Amino acid sequence: MHIGNFKETYDADEAVFRTPTVRWWMGALFVALAIFPFAADDYLLYMANLTGIAIVGALGLNILTGFAGQISLGHAAFVGVGAYTSAILTTRLGMPFLLCLPLSGLMAAALGVIVGAPSMRMKGLYLCIATLAAQMIFMFVFIHWESLTGGIRGINVPPPTIFGLKADTEFKYYFVTLPVVILAVAATRNIFRTRVGRAFIAIRDRDISAELMGINLFRYKLYAFAISSFMAGVAGCLWVNFIKIVTPEHFPLHESIRYLAMIIVGGLGSVLGTIFGAIFMTLVPEILKNILSIFQAMNPTAMSYLFPLQSVVFGAMIVGFLVLEPHGLAEIWRRMKDFFRLWPFEY
Amino acid sequence: MGILEVDTLSLSFGGLQVLSDVSLDVSEGRIFAIIGPNGAGKTSILNCIGGFYRPDAGRIAFDGRDLSRVSTDRRAALGLARTFQNIALFHGMTVLDNIKLGAHAHLKTGLLASVLYWGAAHHEEMQLRREVEEEIIDFLEIEDIRNLPVRALPYGLQKRVELGRALAMRPRVLLMDEPVAGMNAEETEDMARFILDIKEERDVTIILIEHDMNVIMDISDHVAVINFGRKIAEGTPEAVADHPEVIRAYLGEKKG
Repeated sequence: MHIGNFKETYDADEAVFRTPTVRWWMGALFVALAIFPFAADDYLLYMANLTGIAIVGALGLNILTGFAGQISLGHAAFVGVGAYTSAILTTRLGMPFLLCLPLSGLMAAALGVIVGAPSMRMKGLYLCIATLAAQMIFMFVFIHWESLTGGIRGINVPPPTIFGLKADTEFKYYFVTLPVVILAVAATRNIFRTRVGRAFIAIRDRDISAELMGINLFRYKLYAFAISSFMAGVAGCLWVNFIKIVTPEHFPLHESIRYLAMIIVGGLGSVLGTIFGAIFMTLVPEILKNILSIFQAMNPTAMSYLFPLQSVVFGAMIVGFLVLEPHGLAEIWRRMKDFFRLWPFEY
Repeated sequence: MGILEVDTLSLSFGGLQVLSDVSLDVSEGRIFAIIGPNGAGKTSILNCIGGFYRPDAGRIAFDGRDLSRVSTDRRAALGLARTFQNIALFHGMTVLDNIKLGAHAHLKTGLLASVLYWGAAHHEEMQLRREVEEEIIDFLEIEDIRNLPVRALPYGLQKRVELGRALAMRPRVLLMDEPVAGMNAEETEDMARFILDIKEERDVTIILIEHDMNVIMDISDHVAVINFGRKIAEGTPEAVADHPEVIRAYLGEKKG
């Protein structure tokens, strides 16, 4: 049983990984992440890449919605902005991937600041509708600005080259995605160790007293939109270089809602919860699909019933998790940890 | 000339005249109490000073500087801090983070630096942690609850944390709206002691709204009485307590 946790300096108390046990487990996790691609097949690596990209995108939305309290229904559109920016810079200007990555983020961040401007006067459901409008406008631009975006046919992108190496397989791309995910998680965690992150949470919890504490609400709301869209743009760039084609139908409203579902299922205002939520929303539908294909093998005619059943089960699982634990998977994880930390005692 | 001067302040909401020609002159290093019946306009005065309301007429000067063109969030940086009647802490944060947030206006870390948490940003956070621990948490005797989320605390402790957050704003003038309302005798005594210590050890001027007359008589240096948006009396606690207008406002008039 874990008894106490004493620190001799403030620095040690403010560290992210505060105990030797936590550091040991984190080390084990990094080793596992490094070994994983050598043990996994292409299908698993494909899913791992998609999960990593979802984590980066969902982190952005959780900063904006979970931490700063500004609901957005247009997150997928910013992922789209990042994807199109990267595709256009690569195919038209021949720009290298490592330059495209930050530029895609910056482009999305600039547009995010514009979309976030109404948040000065609106909050809650009203802001939600304003961001929905942004989603629709971006979709319209993706489809109809054909000279730039290629319309509904989209843009094909060659595999990226990094330091002379072509990342053209799932295995190689894993080593592109993983560092970006680690950087995104570390950056998010750092923001909430400083005054910027505290200001975001203050705006979410009680915006009027936040202003009396000296927080410029408008500036910090725009910061939140900028960081959020930056991460969405980076996720979009990762995504397009992985899938190698971008079309408007990849970023519908349904995709924005999927990002919202990730952070709600995982845990609003939790970095760990974002990771859990992204994994859940990416992997569970695939697992369900695989289970159903076993049934299909036994009885081929049943597919017409089983295929819709997949969505029903997935929906029921989301509702079930939220009824059992409204604070998301992060809270379930915390309770499990508490149980093992105190075991064999109850409290 | 005082550190905070309120000159012929008037405020109305539609047809409701909330404040009419209220003038206050708060001298530095004093505890200045504002009392009056419910709905007299006491909190509205604080809201005008804090910048939450814009007065219709009148002038508020802080240390000789006109506040009318200073935005709400900039006033915190000048050294105006505030605690609220209905506790306005940030419920999703721990006690420590709530208090740290009070120092927001005095910190410099920008967006990019916060992402990296390196060098100056890291150093600034460590300085802040030291200051919060040694100057505030130790002073308010809340070491044991520093890592608890605020929503889990009882009312009296929440009030104390809110005072801590206001102290982290490094105030020169501290506006306190009913700091002991709803507290038991022991909590009230603790709070009164903290208020006196803040005045004496930190050279903070305190403007206080309170209904607890024992506290007012004990700790305040100067009292202003507000009724129906007008100042009806002002002076030392003893002088105000015997003032006929004040007795009439609180107890009513004898008929005939």
